[in-house]
Amino acid sequence: MDNSASRSKSESTPVIEVEGLAKEYRVHDKPEGLAASVRSLFHRTSRVVEALRGVDLRVGRGEFVALLGPNGAGKTTFLKLLSGIITPSRGTARVLGHVPWVRENEFRRRFALVMGQRNQLWWDLPAAESFRLHREIYRIEPSRFTRVRDELVDLLGVRQLVLQPVRELSLGERMKLELVAALLHEPEVLFLDEPTIGLDVVAQHTIHAFLRHVQAERRVTVMLTTHYMKDVAALCERVIVITHGDILYDGSLADIVDRFTTHKIVTLDLDEVPSPARVARYGFPCEVRGPRVVLRVDRGRIAEVLPDILRDEGVRDVSVEDVPLEEIVAELFRSTRTRPVGAPAGAAP
Amino acid sequence: MSGRSVPLEPDRHVASPRLLEGLRVWCTMLAICLEERLVYRGDFLLGTAMRFLPIVTQIFLWTAVFSATSRADIAGYTRDDVVAYYLLTMLTRAFSSMPGLAGGIARSIRDGSIKKFLVQPVDFIGFLLAARVAHKLVYYAVAIVPFAAVFLLCRGYFPPPPDAPTVLVFLASLVLAFLLGFFMEATLGMLGFWVLEVSSIVFGYMLVQYLLSGHMFPIDMLAGIPTGIPGVNVADLVQWLPFGYTAYFPAAVWLGKIEGEELFRALAVEVGWVVVMAIACRAAWHRGTRRYGAFGG
Repeated sequence: MDNSASRSKSESTPVIEVEGLAKEYRVHDKPEGLAASVRSLFHRTSRVVEALRGVDLRVGRGEFVALLGPNGAGKTTFLKLLSGIITPSRGTARVLGHVPWVRENEFRRRFALVMGQRNQLWWDLPAAESFRLHREIYRIEPSRFTRVRDELVDLLGVRQLVLQPVRELSLGERMKLELVAALLHEPEVLFLDEPTIGLDVVAQHTIHAFLRHVQAERRVTVMLTTHYMKDVAALCERVIVITHGDILYDGSLADIVDRFTTHKIVTLDLDEVPSPARVARYGFPCEVRGPRVVLRVDRGRIAEVLPDILRDEGVRDVSVEDVPLEEIVAELFRSTRTRPVGAPAGAAP
Repeated sequence: MSGRSVPLEPDRHVASPRLLEGLRVWCTMLAICLEERLVYRGDFLLGTAMRFLPIVTQIFLWTAVFSATSRADIAGYTRDDVVAYYLLTMLTRAFSSMPGLAGGIARSIRDGSIKKFLVQPVDFIGFLLAARVAHKLVYYAVAIVPFAAVFLLCRGYFPPPPDAPTVLVFLASLVLAFLLGFFMEATLGMLGFWVLEVSSIVFGYMLVQYLLSGHMFPIDMLAGIPTGIPGVNVADLVQWLPFGYTAYFPAAVWLGKIEGEELFRALAVEVGWVVVMAIACRAAWHRGTRRYGAFGG
């Protein structure tokens, strides 16, 4: 244990090392109807659900990783395993050189998990009291505690809220204070489970800027799950897509676009309303509304199609964009939903 | 290697002895739990007032029982003794009863809020104990007024106060009653790792507790009932169980019903049960957390 702990300090060793990590849950089926319910008192049928099927992963110090996947894909299970809340069915994991589910205090002082809204803060007390408790349980030196707390609170602009009972705060305010509580002990690894869920755009932006700052300043290794592509685009260099408990994609955000899209979106504002047949020459018309046309054009053909359009049509305005990330990811999720269980993970058809 | 990557700075906390440090954390938890509890002080005031209602019906009942019989005492208890006994069990139950403890633990297992205690370097049982001590302290601060008033009004029912050593044993038995009640209910709550809902188990426990703790009647009244084993009556058996120590025992000590060698044996049995339940509670926590997450998300 000591050996590996000291090894993890070297820059070359990954902060998170996962091999063949699998988690199976036993779930009980409760059939519909009263009679069936009575029968199930005597014969309970249960089946095994594979939430995670042998995942391999390495994450280096200071990386900012997004875990994407549809609901039930295994993202939260993965975070729970890495933070030691649950034990795996098979496989190994080391975070900062520790096996998470052994739950050594030395390990627990070096990472933080933010999962859900009512997490670490005491509901009926001001957040300042929860912070004080963290100072004790994480053994934070008082002067250091004050410095870190003030810095975090100012970064998120919540200084005036720390003395107000948490139950009186809004969702966004609570999440910001949860983040402060999680970072007071300056964890080296931070796990975030949907940190921006339900927040307005302003709060999302504040949290993005905050996380970027903290990660850059402290070289914290961050792994977050999210359904918002804005989170990913703003924060993460590396994206891991999980579906059905398998890693489907692991790479940069830019590569996802390259790898999983074959076309670009061309939006034209024309002088006059075109005939559908005419614009169909350039690409697939997704939308024709008056003089405004949205076309899907093969990426390879963009260079030859654009000059034609500009020469032959009366164009007022033109824009060429990548397919929105949301659509790519939604397509990625959809394409795997029908994939037979056990089929090799690969590019979407 | 940068200074940032050193996991724990060698500050003065690390140098201080483990036990002292644990105590500091515990005291902070206690202080914060106290603050949290004070939010609900009004609720306590009402709850305390309600607690005195059942005792009034008990007094009426026993007055009726004594007026229907010509005997001056029943199983060694005069009418005054019975009233004093009920008032004293009310006091001991203010130490040993743990409203909401088992259900609260089971709920936090079910709704997942227990995960905080798996992620943070903090002991869950130590935390529960701090929360419960805080709960009791705030309760006593509020309840002392009605309690003092009732005991003052009813002082005529009590025999003269016992000698100093007996008072000390009485106080010790109250503290032990608190610990015993705490560990028994906390262990029941940990069953939430295995079953979805512990409320029916808790209900069964309360029922047994009500009968065998002396809450319903002094358990030495069971001495007249044979068990079938020659020379052993029901009271002899019940005194080896933990329940009586949460209501009957401290009251009986104050009233001088248990003395000498018998008193020390009873204290030893009580300490034994506190240790057994504390170990059971911790074992249930260890096994439970290992099992946690085997079912559902």
